[in-house]
Amino acid sequence: MSNHNQPDKAELCSLFRRFIAPEFVISDAETLKPYECDGLSMYCEMPLIVVLPETVDQVQEVLRICHRYQIPVVARGAGTGLCAGAMPNATGVVLSLAKFNHILEINSQTRTARLQPGVRNLAISEAAAEYGLYYGPDPSSQIACTIGGNVAENSGGVHCLKYGLTVHNILSVEMITVEGDKILLGSDGLDSCGLDLMALITGSEGLLGVITEIQVKLLPIPEKAQVVMAAFDTVQQAGDAVGGIISNGIIPAGLEMMDTHAIQAAEDFARAGYPKGAQALLLCELDGTTEEVQEYIEQVEKLFLTYGATSIRTSQTEAERALLWKGRKSAFPAVGRISPDYYCMDGTIPRSQLAHVLTEMQTMSEHYQLRVANVFHAGDGNLHPLILFDANVPGEFEKTEEFGGKILELCVAVGGCITGEHGVGIEKIRQMPVQFNQQELQQFNAIKEAFDPKGTLNPGKGIPTLRRCQEYRSIEPSEEVNHG
Amino acid sequence: MADISPQIQQQILDARRDKRQLNIVAGNSKPFMGRQTHADTLNVSQHRGIISYQPVELVLTARSGTPLTEIEALLDEHNQMLAFEPPRFSAHSTIGGTLACNLSGPGRPWSGSIRDHILGVRLINGLGEHLKFGGQVMKNVAGYDVSRLQAGAMGTLGVLTEVSLKVLPKPAAVSTLSWELEAKQAIRMMNELAGKPKPISAACWIEGRLYIRLSGAQSAVDATIKEWHGSEEPDADNLWLALRDQQLSAFQSTDPLWRLSINAAADVAPLDHLSIIDWGGAQRWYRGHQDKYEMETLAERAGGQVSLYTGGDRTADVFHQPVPALQEIQKRIKASFDPDGILNSGRLYSWM
Repeated sequence: MSNHNQPDKAELCSLFRRFIAPEFVISDAETLKPYECDGLSMYCEMPLIVVLPETVDQVQEVLRICHRYQIPVVARGAGTGLCAGAMPNATGVVLSLAKFNHILEINSQTRTARLQPGVRNLAISEAAAEYGLYYGPDPSSQIACTIGGNVAENSGGVHCLKYGLTVHNILSVEMITVEGDKILLGSDGLDSCGLDLMALITGSEGLLGVITEIQVKLLPIPEKAQVVMAAFDTVQQAGDAVGGIISNGIIPAGLEMMDTHAIQAAEDFARAGYPKGAQALLLCELDGTTEEVQEYIEQVEKLFLTYGATSIRTSQTEAERALLWKGRKSAFPAVGRISPDYYCMDGTIPRSQLAHVLTEMQTMSEHYQLRVANVFHAGDGNLHPLILFDANVPGEFEKTEEFGGKILELCVAVGGCITGEHGVGIEKIRQMPVQFNQQELQQFNAIKEAFDPKGTLNPGKGIPTLRRCQEYRSIEPSEEVNHG
Repeated sequence: MADISPQIQQQILDARRDKRQLNIVAGNSKPFMGRQTHADTLNVSQHRGIISYQPVELVLTARSGTPLTEIEALLDEHNQMLAFEPPRFSAHSTIGGTLACNLSGPGRPWSGSIRDHILGVRLINGLGEHLKFGGQVMKNVAGYDVSRLQAGAMGTLGVLTEVSLKVLPKPAAVSTLSWELEAKQAIRMMNELAGKPKPISAACWIEGRLYIRLSGAQSAVDATIKEWHGSEEPDADNLWLALRDQQLSAFQSTDPLWRLSINAAADVAPLDHLSIIDWGGAQRWYRGHQDKYEMETLAERAGGQVSLYTGGDRTADVFHQPVPALQEIQKRIKASFDPDGILNSGRLYSWM
């Protein structure tokens, strides 16, 4: 704050305290500390100030002040993100939406819910359950993550193939622009006139505006859901079995694959009865009416056997279904038990490339001398390699990051992308020029300017700025893998 | 079956140099949509052909000038479909035009719109740059979602050259039930049934009858028919096709046709001449010489928007007017893609 027109930290705090309760304007190091990172704790930065407004008017006023003095603003939900998208800016304000945790309305007739951004993902389905409804997208962090963050990241989950991502499940959002204006994107209707700004906002990682209210669609809870678990001797066979299900016209509610390292870790942790000798495990959930689930379960069991499954188990009760899922859902912490640290990657690939990608990854794993376990949203091609490392060994995290970067480049080379659902944030900004050329990045930056000409919303995240992307391109020329 | 993107690029660069505006045309099946503008024609109909299709991956990529009929014929061979049921106003309707106009059929509330099925696009912006966004995978959150932004942009941001779409298996069974009902009761029943975990795939009300389409496993469709006691429609396929392509008699008139995209449960009281309710209540068609501003007020009260779909004064604005702050952002986005305003300027709104 060298400019004499600029307020210093104390002046800024007192500006905020004029309209926000003093205890919700945080500026002391000890209370600021928990805000220094999000779910990707390797990236930390202490913010200048954290504010926790309680009304939309207050959010607007915070943004107006920050706009006037060109102070960076980082909006924050529950902080469960995995790409350092909510990492603070050292000279900026963290705008926490934690106080906006109210479900404003559940309309059972239109099957919609109006929510404040700080409402937890799982809380929506819990509240809707009494009407026989639920909210579709279910990221693994759904106990803690909030709907505002889900919109910012376009979160997915294990049911995406059938039920879509966040962008498919929202009707409207209320957004505050960088200037502090309140706008409504979308409506109660399904389509709106003009440019689809809601699509643009979803997944924009807090770079275009601050979301203060969301209207989501709710779905009827299926009559029945059952899961089939199948073990295979090779990843190729498991991959082919997935293709077989889809070729037969069946769209499972969830279709997950784990490799041998993930199976072993998950079984040791959850005791779900996974066959520890298997090279690949598939979990295939079917939901719908009682009759159709029965019809499809029989078909899927037969198909798995045709594709060489060595064992099959179908859940007979809700408890058994929960148990079979428990292993998959706890795969990350389970891997955490067999290694001091792990680093979760998030590429997407065409499913047909899975065996090739896993083989390449094994070669890299040997090269870097780092183990890697894989969990895979097999239905939609979203791959989560977990690289096992020890942060206490000097240089090992750097080596892990390099390995991770190579995996993402491989995903792009086989026709996929660098992030399926975790976002770019700071973490993957170096890989953006692998997926996009300079003109495309320039177009992204031009869109950013249309919303935020001074670039104060979550600066340094999501999209490399031109200077930065030239820098990276000169380090790593990547023309040959572009559009791979 | 040709890639003429270099020629398209050159035509844009020439127009930019000569300060000429271009009107993008492929199958020319929707000249009635949007505003009337005067500009040179940029014909992209020769830029066509299916580039890749992997049934097991559920992904198809086609050049934007590819006719829908060609795409659907190929999907048919593998028992797959475009689940958003794109309307066609002639045999020449293309996938690019369908995306630019964000057109989806009766299944839209359940299976989604074309916007929901877009995985990636390539486009040439107003600077003549050929850019690629999204991809051919189901999940991709790198960068802004420029692909979906093209849905309904009516070509104002660029000339689409390639479209990648999610495709889906055809349902094993389809049946339609119907009931004789007043509009008000029909709206109530549509919403009520949509809250049940049954395989509904479309719901409309036409001339005093409510039609509910069921699609899915044979067993699920059969069980639902038994439970709901409606009368089964023998010739329902043609009804849904006629609704999709706007061939029903209610669409055949020269009076202005209004499309309301509103809250699915909204009351219809002020619209006595309401002719068709589609999308489970969320899309309503109305014919009449109304004042646009009054229609906008009415649509806003019903939680949504209105557009003057066909007829009326097409030199004036025909789409719902956004508030000034939203106009400003849209103008700036248009300028970020097409700073000289070459591409389909004025087609969507008079001010951009």
